Amino acid sequence: MSQDGTLKAKLGLDVFKPAREPHILIRPGMERDPRLKKAVLACPAGLYSEDGNGAVTLSIDGCLECGTCRIACGTEVLDWNYPEGGTGVQFRFG
Amino acid sequence: MEKFEVIIVGGGLSGLSAAWTLAKSGVEVVLLERGDYPGAKNVTGGRLYTRPILEYFPGLLEKAPLERPIVREGATLMAGERHITFHYGDLEYSRDPRPSFSILRSRFDRWFAEEAENAGAMILPKTRVDDVIREGGRIAGVVAGGDPLHADVVVACDGVLSLLSEKAGLRGPGGSRDHAVGIKEVISLPPEKIEDRFNLEKGAGAAHLFVGEATRGKFGGGFLYTNRESLSLGVVVGIRDLVEKEPALAAPDFLDDFKKRPEIAPLVRDGETVEYSAHVIPEGGHGGIGPLCGDGILVAGDAAGFALNLGLTVRGMEYAMASGVFAAKTILDARAAGNYSRERLSRYETLLKGSFVLQDFESFREAPRILENPRFFRHYPEWLGAMFHDLYDVPAGPKKRLFPTLRKHLSFPELLALLGDLKKARKL
Repeated sequence: MSQDGTLKAKLGLDVFKPAREPHILIRPGMERDPRLKKAVLACPAGLYSEDGNGAVTLSIDGCLECGTCRIACGTEVLDWNYPEGGTGVQFRFG
Repeated sequence: MEKFEVIIVGGGLSGLSAAWTLAKSGVEVVLLERGDYPGAKNVTGGRLYTRPILEYFPGLLEKAPLERPIVREGATLMAGERHITFHYGDLEYSRDPRPSFSILRSRFDRWFAEEAENAGAMILPKTRVDDVIREGGRIAGVVAGGDPLHADVVVACDGVLSLLSEKAGLRGPGGSRDHAVGIKEVISLPPEKIEDRFNLEKGAGAAHLFVGEATRGKFGGGFLYTNRESLSLGVVVGIRDLVEKEPALAAPDFLDDFKKRPEIAPLVRDGETVEYSAHVIPEGGHGGIGPLCGDGILVAGDAAGFALNLGLTVRGMEYAMASGVFAAKTILDARAAGNYSRERLSRYETLLKGSFVLQDFESFREAPRILENPRFFRHYPEWLGAMFHDLYDVPAGPKKRLFPTLRKHLSFPELLALLGDLKKARKL
């Protein structure tokens, strides 16, 4: 991503409370599914990236819980849930 | 066994409106919110149009922590090299009842939750709902944090994705054609700077929408709202266009590029970004409204698909608040009859149809199909921009006559296409 430094700085402004487990998982075997690649462009936090072998990985830290990846990719490739209560992003302005 | 009369899932505007209304009527109501506080997970553009909902919240909104009353509207057609902007001001906007206010949801929803608690509602934050409880084909409660919580009726106010409606079997996951993503920065600025930059009296606010290059020709637009001590600056992009249409640009870059545009940069200069947020928005209009009730369950707010984009007005929050009130009224009726069947709860739909909520969705049934016209997002801003360029242009040497200059832009195929778009827009 072209403006990755800016994005990391912006995510650093938000309040995040750590969860014990990642709340979104790429379903096993779906790492190279074309539907999953849509998340690389669509995620407003830039948390999805494609490696040199065409496999998509997800790093959940900084997730804004917006739901875009669930809509863009679908639930066949993503095991999607909200983080457990009292964890994840806590907006102060919203 | 934990048993309540009503369980509301989600502390957003529909859930809080339902909780407030029920608590005021003496109903035992518990609201489950997964954030640290109601508002912690909620995002808006945003502005709240208060006139449609004043009657449902007697004495409440007058004291609400809203940001600024909007007295000035702005709209910009943004082309690559140029833009056309108009402003609309109206003295009526400065008189009570004001038509709309900018709003920050974490602040507003937190306050609203306190009001609901004061009225007698029980609010349980930090509580994620994981499933519904079914008994004999009806919804009889929810599972939260591993514990079963029973209720006579459950209200799904869990937002645009509404995992609860899916678990209850009312609907499936949403599609990319019917949803957009909004991405926003809250940018801190002193009130005097806001008032100077936006030509506002002390305390008054402005709203501005941008179409065209703000989304690189994709479905959506940019927005800017003035809050008391900050600006809400963002872009909304249709998710299907975002992932399928050229140029392939990462979602965060839309906002970064928009912020650097010459129309925006001077307005946010020296401002300090204090929060970055994003949220999915329902864009399906009437066709995006899901099932509104089942046996033992009602659905309200974004969870039901209650958001309506008409280009110049983008609304969702007042539909959420009214639908929460109507869900509560439906429950009061069902409670009196001791009957929470789907048939009894379907009075909810009757109440919505008798109000501005479903009447608006019916009136603007065709809006999503008209507004998804790609010409609105690239061609028209560029075309009108080019015309104004020629009108304003003073070249070296003689200037061409105005009529032939305009005539050049108004070719037969151009006029034919324009006529076609106008014909479709008649359904608005």
